[in-house]
Amino acid sequence: MKLNKIVLPLVLALSATLAATTGCTHKFAGKVTNLPNHGAVTTGETAANPNIPPAPPIEPPTPPPVSTPVTPPAMPEHPPTAEINLENYNLDRQTLAAYTVHFKFDSAVVEDSEQANIASVAQALGEANLKLLIEGHCDERGTEEYNRSLGERRALALREALGKVNLDPMRVKTISYGKDKPVDPGHDEAAWAKNRRGEFILLHPKVPAQ
Amino acid sequence: MKKNTLYYLVIGFTMVATMATWADDIIVSGGGSIFGQKPIPVALEGFTGEAASVLMFDLYVQGFSFVSPGAAQYLIKGSGADNVTGSLTDNFAHKMLLSRTYNGASARRQAHAFADDIVGAIRNLKPIGGTKIAFKSQSPGGSGEIYVADFDGNDAKPVTTDGAIVAKPAWMPGRMALYYTSYARSNPDIFYHSLSSGQRRVIAGYSGLNTGAAVSPDGSKVAMILSKAGSPNVWVCNADGTDLRRLTKGVEDSSPCWSPNGEWICFAAKINFRRVLAKVPAGGGEVQRLPTSGVSNPTEPDWSPDGKWIAFTSQMGDFSICVMAADGSLSPVVLVPGQNPSWSPNSRTLVYNHGPNSRQSLAVLDVFTRQTKDCRRAPGSNSEPAWAR
Repeated sequence: MKLNKIVLPLVLALSATLAATTGCTHKFAGKVTNLPNHGAVTTGETAANPNIPPAPPIEPPTPPPVSTPVTPPAMPEHPPTAEINLENYNLDRQTLAAYTVHFKFDSAVVEDSEQANIASVAQALGEANLKLLIEGHCDERGTEEYNRSLGERRALALREALGKVNLDPMRVKTISYGKDKPVDPGHDEAAWAKNRRGEFILLHPKVPAQ
Repeated sequence: MKKNTLYYLVIGFTMVATMATWADDIIVSGGGSIFGQKPIPVALEGFTGEAASVLMFDLYVQGFSFVSPGAAQYLIKGSGADNVTGSLTDNFAHKMLLSRTYNGASARRQAHAFADDIVGAIRNLKPIGGTKIAFKSQSPGGSGEIYVADFDGNDAKPVTTDGAIVAKPAWMPGRMALYYTSYARSNPDIFYHSLSSGQRRVIAGYSGLNTGAAVSPDGSKVAMILSKAGSPNVWVCNADGTDLRRLTKGVEDSSPCWSPNGEWICFAAKINFRRVLAKVPAGGGEVQRLPTSGVSNPTEPDWSPDGKWIAFTSQMGDFSICVMAADGSLSPVVLVPGQNPSWSPNSRTLVYNHGPNSRQSLAVLDVFTRQTKDCRRAPGSNSEPAWAR
Protein backbone atom coordinates (compact mmCIF):
# COMPACT_ATOMS: atom_id res chain seq x y z
CA MET A 1 0.00 0.00 0.00
CA LYS A 2 2.64 2.43 1.13
CA LEU A 3 4.84 1.31 -1.73
CA ASN A 4 2.11 2.10 -4.28
CA LYS A 5 1.80 5.62 -2.93
CA ILE A 6 5.46 6.23 -3.65
CA VAL A 7 5.75 4.29 -6.91
CA LEU A 8 2.69 5.71 -8.65
CA PRO A 9 3.86 9.35 -8.67
CA LEU A 10 7.31 8.20 -9.69
CA VAL A 11 5.93 6.28 -12.66
CA LEU A 12 3.77 9.24 -13.63
CA ALA A 13 6.72 11.63 -13.40
CA LEU A 14 8.89 9.27 -15.44
CA SER A 15 6.28 8.94 -18.19
CA ALA A 16 5.87 12.69 -18.30
CA THR A 17 9.62 13.16 -18.69
CA LEU A 18 9.77 10.51 -21.40
CA ALA A 19 6.87 12.12 -23.25
CA ALA A 20 8.54 15.48 -23.07
CA THR A 21 11.89 14.25 -24.35
CA THR A 22 10.76 11.81 -27.03
CA GLY A 23 7.26 11.45 -28.41
CA CYS A 24 6.13 15.02 -28.10
CA THR A 25 9.11 16.77 -29.63
CA HIS A 26 7.11 18.19 -32.54
CA LYS A 27 4.85 19.97 -30.08
CA PHE A 28 7.81 21.57 -28.28
CA ALA A 29 7.24 25.30 -28.54
CA GLY A 30 10.93 26.18 -28.46
CA LYS A 31 12.65 29.44 -27.71
CA VAL A 32 12.06 32.68 -29.55
CA THR A 33 14.89 34.81 -30.88
CA ASN A 34 13.95 38.40 -31.58
CA LEU A 35 16.18 39.98 -34.19
CA PRO A 36 16.80 43.72 -34.30
CA ASN A 37 15.16 45.37 -37.28
CA HIS A 38 18.15 47.43 -38.35
CA GLY A 39 19.62 44.79 -40.57
CA ALA A 40 23.02 43.14 -40.48
CA VAL A 41 25.57 43.80 -37.83
CA THR A 42 29.26 43.30 -37.92
CA THR A 43 30.96 41.47 -35.14
CA GLY A 44 31.21 43.71 -32.15
CA GLU A 45 28.96 46.49 -33.35
CA THR A 46 25.22 46.36 -32.78
CA ALA A 47 24.05 49.76 -33.96
CA ALA A 48 25.15 49.56 -37.58
CA ASN A 49 23.47 51.96 -39.95
CA PRO A 50 21.84 49.84 -42.68
CA ASN A 51 21.69 52.73 -45.10
CA ILE A 52 25.25 53.66 -45.79
CA PRO A 53 25.32 57.40 -46.46
CA PRO A 54 26.93 58.43 -49.73
CA ALA A 55 30.55 59.42 -49.47
CA PRO A 56 30.92 63.18 -49.08
CA PRO A 57 33.43 65.12 -51.14
CA ILE A 58 36.95 64.35 -50.14
CA GLU A 59 38.18 66.67 -47.44
CA PRO A 60 41.40 68.54 -48.14
CA PRO A 61 44.34 66.42 -47.06
CA THR A 62 45.23 66.74 -43.43
CA PRO A 63 48.61 68.32 -42.79
CA PRO A 64 51.37 65.72 -42.82
CA PRO A 65 51.05 63.73 -39.60
CA VAL A 66 53.68 64.27 -36.98
CA SER A 67 56.14 61.50 -37.59
CA THR A 68 58.98 60.19 -35.56
CA PRO A 69 62.39 60.80 -37.13
CA VAL A 70 62.76 58.46 -40.05
CA THR A 71 66.04 56.71 -40.49
CA PRO A 72 67.50 57.25 -43.96
CA PRO A 73 66.90 54.45 -46.48
CA ALA A 74 69.30 51.56 -46.14
CA MET A 75 70.43 51.82 -49.73
CA PRO A 76 71.42 55.29 -50.91
CA GLU A 77 70.40 54.34 -54.45
CA HIS A 78 66.75 54.57 -53.30
CA PRO A 79 66.24 58.31 -52.69
CA PRO A 80 63.02 59.35 -50.92
CA THR A 81 60.11 60.24 -53.19
CA ALA A 82 59.57 63.86 -54.21
CA GLU A 83 56.64 66.06 -53.16
CA ILE A 84 55.20 67.07 -56.53
CA ASN A 85 51.55 68.11 -56.63
CA LEU A 86 50.11 67.25 -60.04
CA GLU A 87 47.47 69.98 -59.65
CA ASN A 88 50.22 72.54 -60.27
CA TYR A 89 51.26 71.03 -63.61
CA ASN A 90 49.91 70.39 -67.08
CA LEU A 91 50.44 66.77 -68.04
CA ASP A 92 52.09 66.23 -71.43
CA ARG A 93 51.78 62.57 -72.41
CA GLN A 94 52.93 63.08 -76.03
CA THR A 95 56.50 64.41 -75.92
CA LEU A 96 58.06 61.39 -74.15
CA ALA A 97 55.63 58.72 -75.38
CA ALA A 98 58.24 57.20 -77.69
CA TYR A 99 60.60 56.49 -74.77
CA THR A 100 58.35 54.08 -72.84
CA VAL A 101 60.56 51.46 -71.17
CA HIS A 102 59.56 47.80 -71.07
CA PHE A 103 60.42 45.20 -68.45
CA LYS A 104 60.93 41.45 -68.32
CA PHE A 105 58.32 39.29 -66.57
CA ASP A 106 58.14 39.96 -62.81
CA SER A 107 61.23 42.19 -63.05
CA ALA A 108 61.94 45.82 -62.17
CA VAL A 109 65.44 45.72 -63.67
CA VAL A 110 66.03 48.44 -66.27
CA GLU A 111 67.64 46.51 -69.12
CA ASP A 112 70.75 47.83 -70.90
CA SER A 113 68.71 47.94 -74.12
CA GLU A 114 66.54 50.65 -72.52
CA GLN A 115 69.44 53.03 -71.75
CA ALA A 116 68.84 55.03 -74.93
CA ASN A 117 65.29 55.79 -73.74
CA ILE A 118 66.62 56.83 -70.33
CA ALA A 119 69.15 59.19 -71.95
CA SER A 120 66.47 60.72 -74.19
CA VAL A 121 64.15 61.36 -71.24
CA ALA A 122 66.95 62.95 -69.20
CA GLN A 123 67.80 65.18 -72.15
CA ALA A 124 64.18 66.27 -72.63
CA LEU A 125 64.10 67.37 -68.98
CA GLY A 126 66.75 70.00 -69.70
CA GLU A 127 64.80 73.00 -68.53
CA ALA A 128 64.91 73.15 -64.76
CA ASN A 129 61.26 74.13 -64.35
CA LEU A 130 60.05 70.93 -66.06
CA LYS A 131 59.28 67.95 -63.92
CA LEU A 132 58.62 64.30 -64.70
CA LEU A 133 55.89 61.80 -63.82
CA ILE A 134 56.76 58.12 -64.23
CA GLU A 135 53.89 55.62 -64.35
CA GLY A 136 54.76 52.03 -63.45
CA HIS A 137 52.57 49.29 -64.98
CA CYS A 138 52.40 45.49 -64.86
CA ASP A 139 50.95 42.66 -66.89
CA GLU A 140 47.96 40.75 -65.51
CA ARG A 141 50.04 37.84 -64.21
CA GLY A 142 50.33 38.90 -60.61
CA THR A 143 47.91 39.71 -57.83
CA GLU A 144 46.59 43.26 -57.61
CA GLU A 145 48.53 44.42 -54.55
CA TYR A 146 51.72 42.58 -55.52
CA ASN A 147 51.56 44.35 -58.89
CA ARG A 148 50.90 47.70 -57.22
CA SER A 149 54.22 47.36 -55.39
CA LEU A 150 55.98 45.95 -58.47
CA GLY A 151 54.69 48.87 -60.61
CA GLU A 152 56.00 51.33 -58.01
CA ARG A 153 59.35 49.52 -57.90
CA ARG A 154 59.55 49.76 -61.71
CA ALA A 155 58.82 53.51 -61.65
CA LEU A 156 61.38 53.97 -58.87
CA ALA A 157 63.95 51.91 -60.80
CA LEU A 158 63.50 54.22 -63.80
CA ARG A 159 63.87 57.23 -61.50
CA GLU A 160 67.09 55.74 -60.13
CA ALA A 161 68.36 55.04 -63.68
CA LEU A 162 67.65 58.69 -64.58
CA GLY A 163 69.52 59.73 -61.43
CA LYS A 164 72.59 57.92 -62.74
CA VAL A 165 72.51 60.16 -65.82
CA ASN A 166 72.29 63.17 -63.52
CA LEU A 167 68.57 63.87 -63.46
CA ASP A 168 67.71 65.12 -59.97
CA PRO A 169 65.34 62.52 -58.42
CA MET A 170 63.54 65.37 -56.63
CA ARG A 171 62.18 66.44 -60.03
CA VAL A 172 60.51 63.05 -60.53
CA LYS A 173 57.16 61.82 -59.22
CA THR A 174 56.29 58.13 -59.41
CA ILE A 175 52.88 56.50 -59.55
CA SER A 176 52.01 52.81 -59.75
CA TYR A 177 48.89 51.57 -61.51
CA GLY A 178 49.71 47.89 -60.98
CA LYS A 179 47.71 45.98 -63.58
CA ASP A 180 44.82 48.46 -63.60
CA LYS A 181 45.77 50.24 -66.88
CA PRO A 182 46.97 47.78 -69.53
CA VAL A 183 47.68 49.22 -73.00
CA ASP A 184 46.77 45.88 -74.56
CA PRO A 185 43.77 44.02 -73.13
CA GLY A 186 45.00 40.70 -74.58
CA HIS A 187 45.92 37.63 -72.59
CA ASP A 188 49.05 36.46 -74.42
CA GLU A 189 52.78 37.13 -74.18
CA ALA A 190 52.63 39.84 -76.88
CA ALA A 191 50.06 41.78 -74.82
CA TRP A 192 51.83 41.14 -71.51
CA ALA A 193 55.18 42.37 -72.92
CA LYS A 194 53.53 45.66 -73.95
CA ASN A 195 51.86 46.06 -70.55
CA ARG A 196 55.03 45.62 -68.43
CA ARG A 197 56.17 49.19 -68.82
CA GLY A 198 57.16 52.54 -67.45
CA GLU A 199 55.63 55.60 -69.12
CA PHE A 200 57.13 59.10 -68.96
CA ILE A 201 54.84 62.13 -68.68
CA LEU A 202 56.34 65.61 -68.92
CA LEU A 203 55.04 68.07 -66.30
CA HIS A 204 54.81 71.73 -67.38
CA PRO A 205 54.22 74.13 -64.52
CA LYS A 206 50.86 75.88 -64.79
CA VAL A 207 51.17 79.60 -65.38
CA PRO A 208 49.56 81.31 -62.39
CA ALA A 209 46.42 83.16 -63.51
CA GLN A 210 46.84 86.93 -63.19
CA MET B 1 36.96 -32.44 -50.76
CA LYS B 2 35.55 -30.27 -53.53
CA LYS B 3 33.14 -28.67 -51.11
CA ASN B 4 35.98 -27.86 -48.70
CA THR B 5 38.12 -26.28 -51.42
CA LEU B 6 35.24 -24.07 -52.46
CA TYR B 7 34.70 -23.21 -48.82
CA TYR B 8 38.30 -22.09 -48.33
CA LEU B 9 38.26 -20.25 -51.63
CA VAL B 10 35.19 -18.30 -50.56
CA ILE B 11 36.78 -17.54 -47.19
CA GLY B 12 39.96 -16.49 -48.97
CA PHE B 13 38.17 -14.19 -51.41
CA THR B 14 36.16 -12.68 -48.60
CA MET B 15 39.34 -11.98 -46.66
CA VAL B 16 41.02 -10.40 -49.67
CA ALA B 17 37.93 -8.34 -50.38
CA THR B 18 37.70 -7.27 -46.75
CA MET B 19 41.38 -6.37 -46.64
CA ALA B 20 41.02 -4.43 -49.87
CA THR B 21 38.16 -2.51 -48.31
CA TRP B 22 40.25 -1.82 -45.24
CA ALA B 23 43.14 -0.74 -47.41
CA ASP B 24 40.83 1.65 -49.27
CA ASP B 25 39.59 3.02 -45.99
CA ILE B 26 43.12 3.51 -44.75
CA ILE B 27 44.11 5.35 -47.93
CA VAL B 28 41.02 7.55 -47.76
CA SER B 29 41.49 8.52 -44.13
CA GLY B 30 45.26 8.84 -44.45
CA GLY B 31 45.08 11.04 -47.55
CA GLY B 32 42.42 13.20 -46.02
CA SER B 33 44.53 15.77 -44.24
CA ILE B 34 43.21 18.32 -41.78
CA PHE B 35 42.01 20.20 -44.88
CA GLY B 36 40.25 17.15 -46.32
CA GLN B 37 37.68 16.45 -43.64
CA LYS B 38 34.32 14.98 -44.55
CA PRO B 39 31.37 17.34 -44.21
CA ILE B 40 28.71 16.54 -41.59
CA PRO B 41 25.63 15.10 -43.36
CA VAL B 42 22.38 16.90 -42.54
CA ALA B 43 18.85 16.76 -43.94
CA LEU B 44 16.86 19.91 -44.50
CA GLU B 45 13.06 19.55 -44.35
CA GLY B 46 10.26 22.03 -44.80
CA PHE B 47 12.25 25.06 -45.93
CA THR B 48 11.76 26.63 -49.36
CA GLY B 49 12.82 29.73 -51.23
CA GLU B 50 15.04 32.28 -49.55
CA ALA B 51 15.17 30.58 -46.13
CA ALA B 52 16.29 27.32 -47.77
CA SER B 53 18.94 29.01 -49.93
CA VAL B 54 20.38 30.97 -46.97
CA LEU B 55 20.50 27.85 -44.78
CA MET B 56 22.13 25.80 -47.54
CA PHE B 57 24.75 28.47 -48.28
CA ASP B 58 25.67 29.09 -44.63
CA LEU B 59 25.81 25.39 -43.72
CA TYR B 60 27.68 24.31 -46.87
CA VAL B 61 30.49 26.84 -46.33
CA GLN B 62 30.85 25.72 -42.71
CA GLY B 63 31.37 22.05 -43.46
CA PHE B 64 27.92 20.47 -43.85
CA SER B 65 26.52 18.40 -46.72
CA PHE B 66 22.89 17.73 -47.61
CA VAL B 67 21.56 14.15 -47.68
CA SER B 68 18.26 12.31 -47.33
CA PRO B 69 16.74 12.20 -43.81
CA GLY B 70 17.66 8.49 -43.48
CA ALA B 71 21.35 9.15 -44.12
CA ALA B 72 21.55 12.34 -42.07
CA GLN B 73 23.40 12.72 -38.79
CA TYR B 74 21.27 15.78 -38.01
CA LEU B 75 17.76 16.65 -39.06
CA ILE B 76 16.88 20.31 -39.62
CA LYS B 77 13.11 20.79 -39.76
CA GLY B 78 11.04 23.87 -39.98
CA SER B 79 9.49 26.50 -42.12
CA GLY B 80 10.46 29.84 -43.61
CA ALA B 81 6.91 30.93 -44.28
CA ASP B 82 6.03 33.98 -42.19
CA ASN B 83 8.76 33.82 -39.54
CA VAL B 84 11.59 31.31 -39.66
CA THR B 85 10.87 28.48 -37.23
CA GLY B 86 13.07 25.46 -36.97
CA SER B 87 14.40 22.58 -34.95
CA LEU B 88 17.65 20.63 -34.98
CA THR B 89 17.64 16.95 -34.00
CA ASP B 90 20.62 14.65 -33.54
CA ASN B 91 19.50 11.52 -35.44
CA PHE B 92 22.15 9.32 -33.79
CA ALA B 93 21.54 10.38 -30.19
CA HIS B 94 17.78 10.86 -30.82
CA LYS B 95 17.98 14.21 -29.12
CA MET B 96 16.59 17.58 -30.03
CA LEU B 97 19.36 20.17 -29.78
CA LEU B 98 17.48 23.26 -30.81
CA SER B 99 13.96 24.53 -31.42
CA ARG B 100 13.42 28.18 -32.06
CA THR B 101 11.33 30.85 -33.74
CA TYR B 102 12.88 33.99 -35.17
CA ASN B 103 11.08 37.32 -35.12
CA GLY B 104 11.85 40.65 -36.70
CA ALA B 105 14.35 41.86 -39.30
CA SER B 106 14.06 40.09 -42.68
CA ALA B 107 13.51 36.47 -43.67
CA ARG B 108 17.19 36.40 -44.76
CA ARG B 109 18.38 37.64 -41.37
CA GLN B 110 16.16 35.12 -39.59
CA ALA B 111 17.52 32.24 -41.71
CA HIS B 112 21.13 33.42 -41.11
CA ALA B 113 20.39 33.51 -37.35
CA PHE B 114 18.97 29.95 -37.45
CA ALA B 115 22.05 28.76 -39.43
CA ASP B 116 24.29 30.39 -36.82
CA ASP B 117 22.43 28.55 -34.03
CA ILE B 118 22.76 25.21 -35.90
CA VAL B 119 26.48 25.68 -36.56
CA GLY B 120 26.97 26.84 -32.96
CA ALA B 121 25.15 23.79 -31.56
CA ILE B 122 27.05 21.25 -33.70
CA ARG B 123 30.46 22.79 -34.28
CA ASN B 124 30.59 25.31 -31.43
CA LEU B 125 31.65 28.09 -33.84
CA LYS B 126 31.35 31.83 -33.50
CA PRO B 127 28.41 33.05 -35.64
CA ILE B 128 29.15 34.53 -39.08
CA GLY B 129 25.59 34.78 -40.50
CA GLY B 130 25.32 38.50 -39.74
CA THR B 131 28.83 39.48 -40.77
CA LYS B 132 29.80 41.83 -43.60
CA ILE B 133 32.49 41.84 -46.26
CA ALA B 134 34.03 44.78 -48.08
CA PHE B 135 35.52 44.42 -51.56
CA LYS B 136 36.37 46.34 -54.71
CA SER B 137 34.35 46.28 -57.88
CA GLN B 138 36.24 47.25 -61.01
CA SER B 139 35.01 48.26 -64.46
CA PRO B 140 36.95 47.20 -67.60
CA GLY B 141 38.47 50.71 -67.73
CA GLY B 142 40.19 50.19 -64.37
CA SER B 143 38.13 52.50 -62.19
CA GLY B 144 35.87 51.07 -59.53
CA GLU B 145 34.17 51.49 -56.19
CA ILE B 146 34.45 49.99 -52.73
CA TYR B 147 31.40 47.89 -51.83
CA VAL B 148 30.04 46.46 -48.60
CA ALA B 149 27.78 43.38 -48.61
CA ASP B 150 26.61 40.49 -46.45
CA PHE B 151 29.28 37.78 -46.38
CA ASP B 152 27.34 35.81 -49.02
CA GLY B 153 27.36 38.84 -51.35
CA ASN B 154 23.75 39.82 -50.77
CA ASP B 155 22.65 43.39 -50.12
CA ALA B 156 25.78 44.84 -51.80
CA LYS B 157 26.05 48.63 -51.61
CA PRO B 158 28.78 50.93 -52.95
CA VAL B 159 30.38 53.06 -50.24
CA THR B 160 32.34 55.24 -52.68
CA THR B 161 31.16 57.15 -55.74
CA ASP B 162 34.46 58.62 -56.94
CA GLY B 163 34.81 56.72 -60.21
CA ALA B 164 38.49 56.28 -59.39
CA ILE B 165 40.80 53.27 -59.17
CA VAL B 166 40.32 51.73 -55.72
CA ALA B 167 42.07 48.92 -53.88
CA LYS B 168 42.36 46.76 -50.77
CA PRO B 169 39.59 47.66 -48.32
CA ALA B 170 40.29 46.77 -44.67
CA TRP B 171 37.91 46.85 -41.71
CA MET B 172 38.41 48.60 -38.43
CA PRO B 173 37.79 45.61 -36.07
CA GLY B 174 34.31 45.65 -34.55
CA ARG B 175 33.33 48.93 -36.20
CA MET B 176 31.44 50.00 -39.31
CA ALA B 177 34.54 51.72 -40.65
CA LEU B 178 36.95 50.98 -43.48
CA TYR B 179 40.38 51.90 -44.70
CA TYR B 180 41.00 51.61 -48.44
CA THR B 181 43.20 52.86 -51.26
CA SER B 182 41.77 55.33 -53.78
CA TYR B 183 43.33 57.20 -56.69
CA ALA B 184 40.60 59.89 -56.37
CA ARG B 185 43.25 62.57 -55.76
CA SER B 186 45.39 61.36 -58.72
CA ASN B 187 47.64 59.40 -56.37
CA PRO B 188 47.14 56.09 -54.55
CA ASP B 189 46.23 57.37 -51.07
CA ILE B 190 44.84 55.56 -48.02
CA PHE B 191 41.47 56.79 -46.79
CA TYR B 192 39.67 56.21 -43.51
CA HIS B 193 35.90 56.04 -44.05
CA SER B 194 33.31 55.75 -41.27
CA LEU B 195 30.28 53.96 -42.73
CA SER B 196 28.01 55.08 -39.89
CA SER B 197 28.72 58.82 -40.25
CA GLY B 198 29.90 58.89 -43.88
CA GLN B 199 32.91 60.92 -42.79
CA ARG B 200 36.21 60.14 -44.48
CA ARG B 201 39.70 61.51 -44.68
CA VAL B 202 43.15 60.72 -46.02
CA ILE B 203 45.34 59.07 -43.39
CA ALA B 204 48.26 58.42 -45.73
CA GLY B 205 48.69 60.67 -48.76
CA TYR B 206 52.45 60.78 -49.01
CA SER B 207 54.34 61.13 -52.26
CA GLY B 208 54.54 57.77 -54.00
CA LEU B 209 52.57 54.64 -53.19
CA ASN B 210 50.16 54.52 -50.23
CA THR B 211 48.26 51.20 -50.15
CA GLY B 212 47.56 47.91 -48.40
CA ALA B 213 46.12 49.25 -45.14
CA ALA B 214 45.60 46.62 -42.40
CA VAL B 215 44.23 47.52 -38.97
CA SER B 216 45.68 46.00 -35.80
CA PRO B 217 43.32 43.65 -33.90
CA ASP B 218 42.81 46.27 -31.15
CA GLY B 219 42.02 48.94 -33.76
CA SER B 220 44.76 51.28 -32.56
CA LYS B 221 47.30 50.95 -35.39
CA VAL B 222 47.40 50.67 -39.17
CA ALA B 223 50.08 48.82 -41.12
CA MET B 224 50.48 49.78 -44.78
CA ILE B 225 52.77 49.99 -47.77
CA LEU B 226 54.39 53.39 -48.44
CA SER B 227 57.15 54.21 -50.93
CA LYS B 228 57.88 57.65 -49.48
CA ALA B 229 61.40 56.62 -48.46
CA GLY B 230 62.23 55.30 -51.94
CA SER B 231 60.98 51.68 -51.75
CA PRO B 232 57.54 50.12 -51.27
CA ASN B 233 57.91 49.06 -47.63
CA VAL B 234 55.85 48.26 -44.53
CA TRP B 235 55.09 51.24 -42.31
CA VAL B 236 52.87 51.51 -39.25
CA CYS B 237 50.99 54.47 -37.79
CA ASN B 238 48.19 55.21 -35.33
CA ALA B 239 44.62 54.69 -36.54
CA ASP B 240 44.39 58.45 -37.27
CA GLY B 241 47.61 58.49 -39.30
CA THR B 242 49.89 59.96 -36.63
CA ASP B 243 53.14 58.51 -35.27
CA LEU B 244 54.34 57.06 -38.57
CA ARG B 245 57.18 54.54 -38.38
CA ARG B 246 59.02 52.56 -41.02
CA LEU B 247 59.30 48.82 -40.27
CA THR B 248 61.02 47.32 -43.33
CA LYS B 249 63.71 48.38 -45.80
CA GLY B 250 63.62 45.67 -48.45
CA VAL B 251 63.40 46.27 -52.17
CA GLU B 252 59.67 45.62 -52.63
CA ASP B 253 57.06 44.70 -50.00
CA SER B 254 53.28 44.28 -50.24
CA SER B 255 50.12 43.22 -48.37
CA PRO B 256 50.80 43.51 -44.62
CA CYS B 257 48.50 41.73 -42.13
CA TRP B 258 48.52 41.44 -38.33
CA SER B 259 48.92 38.47 -36.03
CA PRO B 260 45.82 38.29 -33.79
CA ASN B 261 47.89 39.14 -30.71
CA GLY B 262 49.07 42.31 -32.44
CA GLU B 263 52.74 41.40 -32.01
CA TRP B 264 53.65 40.62 -35.63
CA ILE B 265 53.04 42.02 -39.06
CA CYS B 266 53.23 39.42 -41.80
CA PHE B 267 53.77 40.59 -45.40
CA ALA B 268 55.00 39.62 -48.86
CA ALA B 269 58.60 40.59 -49.52
CA LYS B 270 61.09 40.18 -52.34
CA ILE B 271 64.42 38.57 -51.59
CA ASN B 272 66.89 37.79 -54.38
CA PHE B 273 64.22 38.60 -56.99
CA ARG B 274 61.82 36.04 -55.48
CA ARG B 275 58.53 36.55 -53.66
CA VAL B 276 58.58 35.28 -50.06
CA LEU B 277 56.49 35.68 -46.92
CA ALA B 278 58.07 37.37 -43.93
CA LYS B 279 57.12 38.79 -40.57
CA VAL B 280 58.41 41.71 -38.55
CA PRO B 281 57.66 42.71 -34.93
CA ALA B 282 54.92 45.37 -35.00
CA GLY B 283 57.05 47.58 -32.77
CA GLY B 284 60.03 47.25 -35.09
CA GLY B 285 62.82 44.71 -35.26
CA GLU B 286 64.36 42.05 -37.40
CA VAL B 287 62.51 40.73 -40.45
CA GLN B 288 62.11 36.93 -40.36
CA ARG B 289 61.33 34.80 -43.39
CA LEU B 290 58.41 32.37 -43.12
CA PRO B 291 59.03 28.95 -44.67
CA THR B 292 56.61 28.21 -47.53
CA SER B 293 58.16 25.04 -48.91
CA GLY B 294 56.31 23.37 -51.75
CA VAL B 295 54.63 26.48 -53.16
CA SER B 296 55.93 29.41 -55.22
CA ASN B 297 55.35 33.15 -55.25
CA PRO B 298 53.40 33.58 -52.00
CA THR B 299 51.60 36.92 -51.55
CA GLU B 300 48.60 38.42 -49.63
CA PRO B 301 49.02 36.63 -46.29
CA ASP B 302 46.10 36.75 -43.83
CA TRP B 303 46.53 35.47 -40.27
CA SER B 304 43.50 33.62 -38.83
CA PRO B 305 41.82 35.28 -35.81
CA ASP B 306 42.53 32.16 -33.68
CA GLY B 307 46.24 32.57 -34.46
CA LYS B 308 46.69 29.06 -35.89
CA TRP B 309 46.78 29.60 -39.65
CA ILE B 310 48.14 31.89 -42.33
CA ALA B 311 46.22 31.86 -45.62
CA PHE B 312 47.83 33.38 -48.72
CA THR B 313 47.87 33.43 -52.52
CA SER B 314 50.45 31.37 -54.35
CA GLN B 315 51.19 31.63 -58.03
CA MET B 316 52.29 28.51 -59.86
CA GLY B 317 50.92 29.24 -63.30
CA ASP B 318 47.51 30.16 -61.95
CA PHE B 319 46.72 31.59 -58.53
CA SER B 320 45.83 29.29 -55.63
CA ILE B 321 44.55 29.76 -52.11
CA CYS B 322 46.98 28.16 -49.65
CA VAL B 323 46.87 27.68 -45.88
CA MET B 324 49.78 26.85 -43.59
CA ALA B 325 50.25 26.63 -39.83
CA ALA B 326 51.38 30.02 -38.50
CA ASP B 327 53.94 28.29 -36.25
CA GLY B 328 55.43 26.38 -39.20
CA SER B 329 54.24 22.98 -37.92
CA LEU B 330 52.30 22.34 -41.14
CA SER B 331 53.70 23.22 -44.58
CA PRO B 332 51.46 25.12 -47.01
CA VAL B 333 48.55 23.14 -48.48
CA VAL B 334 47.07 24.25 -51.80
CA LEU B 335 43.28 24.33 -51.36
CA VAL B 336 41.46 25.84 -54.37
CA PRO B 337 42.14 28.17 -57.33
CA GLY B 338 41.83 31.81 -56.26
CA GLN B 339 43.55 34.81 -54.69
CA ASN B 340 43.31 37.37 -51.88
CA PRO B 341 42.02 35.16 -49.00
CA SER B 342 40.49 36.84 -45.93
CA TRP B 343 39.52 34.89 -42.79
CA SER B 344 36.07 34.91 -41.25
CA PRO B 345 35.78 35.80 -37.53
CA ASN B 346 35.46 32.07 -36.68
CA SER B 347 38.77 31.04 -38.37
CA ARG B 348 37.04 28.28 -40.35
CA THR B 349 36.09 29.96 -43.62
CA LEU B 350 37.80 32.27 -46.10
CA VAL B 351 36.37 34.73 -48.58
CA TYR B 352 38.51 35.14 -51.72
CA ASN B 353 38.25 36.02 -55.42
CA HIS B 354 38.67 33.78 -58.46
CA GLY B 355 37.88 33.52 -62.14
CA PRO B 356 39.03 35.22 -65.34
CA ASN B 357 41.10 38.36 -64.74
CA SER B 358 38.59 40.91 -65.96
CA ARG B 359 35.60 39.22 -64.31
CA GLN B 360 36.56 38.04 -60.84
CA SER B 361 33.93 36.60 -58.49
CA LEU B 362 33.95 36.36 -54.73
CA ALA B 363 33.55 32.96 -53.11
CA VAL B 364 33.49 31.52 -49.61
CA LEU B 365 35.67 28.49 -48.80
CA ASP B 366 35.35 26.09 -45.87
CA VAL B 367 39.06 25.37 -45.46
CA PHE B 368 38.63 22.07 -43.59
CA THR B 369 36.35 20.41 -46.18
CA ARG B 370 37.40 22.59 -49.15
CA GLN B 371 33.74 23.19 -49.96
CA THR B 372 33.25 26.50 -51.79
CA LYS B 373 30.30 28.56 -52.92
CA ASP B 374 30.27 31.71 -55.04
CA CYS B 375 28.93 34.88 -53.45
CA ARG B 376 26.23 36.88 -55.19
CA ARG B 377 27.89 39.19 -57.72
CA ALA B 378 28.05 42.96 -57.59
CA PRO B 379 28.57 44.88 -60.86
CA GLY B 380 31.98 44.61 -62.52
CA SER B 381 34.93 42.49 -61.46
CA ASN B 382 34.74 41.72 -57.72
CA SER B 383 38.01 41.27 -55.86
CA GLU B 384 40.16 41.94 -52.76
CA PRO B 385 37.46 40.97 -50.23
CA ALA B 386 37.93 41.74 -46.54
CA TRP B 387 35.83 39.97 -43.94
CA ALA B 388 34.68 42.18 -41.06
CA ARG B 389 35.88 40.72 -37.76
